[in-house]
Amino acid sequence: MVKAVVCGAAGGIGQPLSLLLKLNPIITELSLYDVVNAVGVAADLSHIPTPAQVTGFLPADNGAEKALKGADIVVIPAGVPRKPGMTRDDLFVNAGICATLAQAIANACPKAFILVISNPVNSTVPVFAETLKKAGVFDPKKLLGVSHLDIIRASTFVASVLGKPTEALHYTIPVVGGHSGATILPLLSQAKPAIPDILNDKEKRDALVNRIQFGGDEVVKAKDGAGSATLSMAQAGAEFANYVLEAAFGGKKGKVVQAYINLGADAGGEGIKKEIGTDLDYFSVNIELGPSGIEKILPIGQIDDVEKGLLEAAVKELGPSIEKGNSFTPAPPKL
Amino acid sequence: MFSRSVARSSSALARGFATSARSNRKVAVLGAAGGIGQPMSLLLKTDPLITGLSLYDIRGAPGVAADISHVNTHSEVKGYEKDDIKAALSGAEIIIIPAGVPRKPGMTRDDLFNTNASIVRDLAEACAEYAPNAYIGIIANPVNSTVPIWAEVYKKKGIFDPKKIFGITTLDVVRASRFLGEIKGADPKDINVTVVGGHSGVTIVPLLSQTTQGKDVSGEAYKALVKRIQFGGDEVVQAKAGTGSATLSMGFAGARFTNSLIRALNGETGVVEPTFVKSPLYESEGVEYFASNVELGPEGVKKINSVGELSAEEKELLNACLPDLAKNIKKGVEFVNKA
Repeated sequence: MVKAVVCGAAGGIGQPLSLLLKLNPIITELSLYDVVNAVGVAADLSHIPTPAQVTGFLPADNGAEKALKGADIVVIPAGVPRKPGMTRDDLFVNAGICATLAQAIANACPKAFILVISNPVNSTVPVFAETLKKAGVFDPKKLLGVSHLDIIRASTFVASVLGKPTEALHYTIPVVGGHSGATILPLLSQAKPAIPDILNDKEKRDALVNRIQFGGDEVVKAKDGAGSATLSMAQAGAEFANYVLEAAFGGKKGKVVQAYINLGADAGGEGIKKEIGTDLDYFSVNIELGPSGIEKILPIGQIDDVEKGLLEAAVKELGPSIEKGNSFTPAPPKL
Repeated sequence: MFSRSVARSSSALARGFATSARSNRKVAVLGAAGGIGQPMSLLLKTDPLITGLSLYDIRGAPGVAADISHVNTHSEVKGYEKDDIKAALSGAEIIIIPAGVPRKPGMTRDDLFNTNASIVRDLAEACAEYAPNAYIGIIANPVNSTVPIWAEVYKKKGIFDPKKIFGITTLDVVRASRFLGEIKGADPKDINVTVVGGHSGVTIVPLLSQTTQGKDVSGEAYKALVKRIQFGGDEVVQAKAGTGSATLSMGFAGARFTNSLIRALNGETGVVEPTFVKSPLYESEGVEYFASNVELGPEGVKKINSVGELSAEEKELLNACLPDLAKNIKKGVEFVNKA
């Protein structure tokens, strides 16, 4: 029996994400929580003939904790999206939403895997951690900021630059660092298969890095005020949730992915701090998934000079975002 | 190839999204930025059998396409809006139409006729001009009328091929297996209920007597189950309290139908989907369009399966269905011909 919960299930990401999770046969129970409309979304999904029993919950009557009770995995796309011209950092209003949900998780399902999509991920993951720490239930092996869309974008954009847009799945490019703009660090030198044509062409390479880093902005602009990436984010969230589920409940050990995590999750975190040359608490890194969540943090490995430059810029921007999350104090609840 | 795709790990989709030899299919979605269009477009983007996806809507489709284009699958996707329908339809082999407005609580699908009939007629005219050979999958309600509307438009243009126009009724079957599974405590994927007739209320006729799990459901339980299957759509409209109708489950059903059609076009045999088509089954009783299990093939409709042995209750349901269905069809036919 595997229970998944989506917090923010009725939103632009939440709905298609909930659909994809409903289609995942590993999940036997799916709870959808949101401040509006979650019951209608659940009724819609409940007609799909896959194993998961779907139930919708609203805030009334301790709805969040009822939704979360017994959860094995919680995916959080809750919050507001960007409008054109905004950076993810401008969404810090989402920090309050995250703190509230973190508290509910601490009360109802402290041992669940927590996958954070709500932006700005660079800060909301620390917000989650601090709330969970205060409640005495923080397990760094189970808190994962979802950066997977950057990895998906990297392979799509690389294939596009190479003139082979339909072969995106053949390319794997690790992306580390953070999840916004210049904190996103695509390691093109580690691409498999190798992409020397891009590495040796400065203009192509710079444009590609820029596109991967600002892929989100591309969609915000194309949607012209109507929102940000929802469908591709749902795909990324569902794919990543599936990695966690397969590793934790499907016996698929040893899978290596990237996610934005607390570096205290494993001894390998210290190695990362040395590699990046700074004592950051959070970084998106290569991790090996398993039943405890993050079983191992793996080194970033060999990077080239261009990437060293990008790393410096990423670290510089990431520090203050993490600090902002660490020091966030939610407003006291209205009585 | 799809180890990272959720689609492959889902048995429901995996059954539908089986890969065959390299497939190169171009699909257009008309109404791609809507409640059904968006999730369906995402599922089509991850279908390995599709290489080209064209998303059209009166507004919003380029944004949806930009979003979906980042997903690293096998297909290219482009968005078109407003007057760009010609470009959207260029090269389309399969066109799926979720366009139109959804129901609000208290509405029947027929109440949507006034708005959606014109939308469907206009889209049919565009498709007749820019993609006359494409296979057409209609989701826009009321399907009982919009399929005849599409057919009449094509007849007027002299290009009507009854084997290529499908009303997508997959969701009724999906709901039937789900609801029967619930009362029997069985896994819905092991249950296959044939649903015939039309696609709304009492025109929906589930043939429970033809399933192992369904044949012994009787009395009040039977009546309640039939009613639930017939009004499954209303259940969602109610639950959504004015914010819409089934979108995610319809997106899933639409994607599943599209995948089945492509597999049949690619030469796979034995692909059967329930669908509302021009049908000889009850033509003698004045009902020219009827949903039943249809075997799909490269020509589109390969074989229309007859409804088989009906129980006494099912004969009654069919008797209630046919006159209503005839009315709905007539409404669609007259709408096009009065113009």
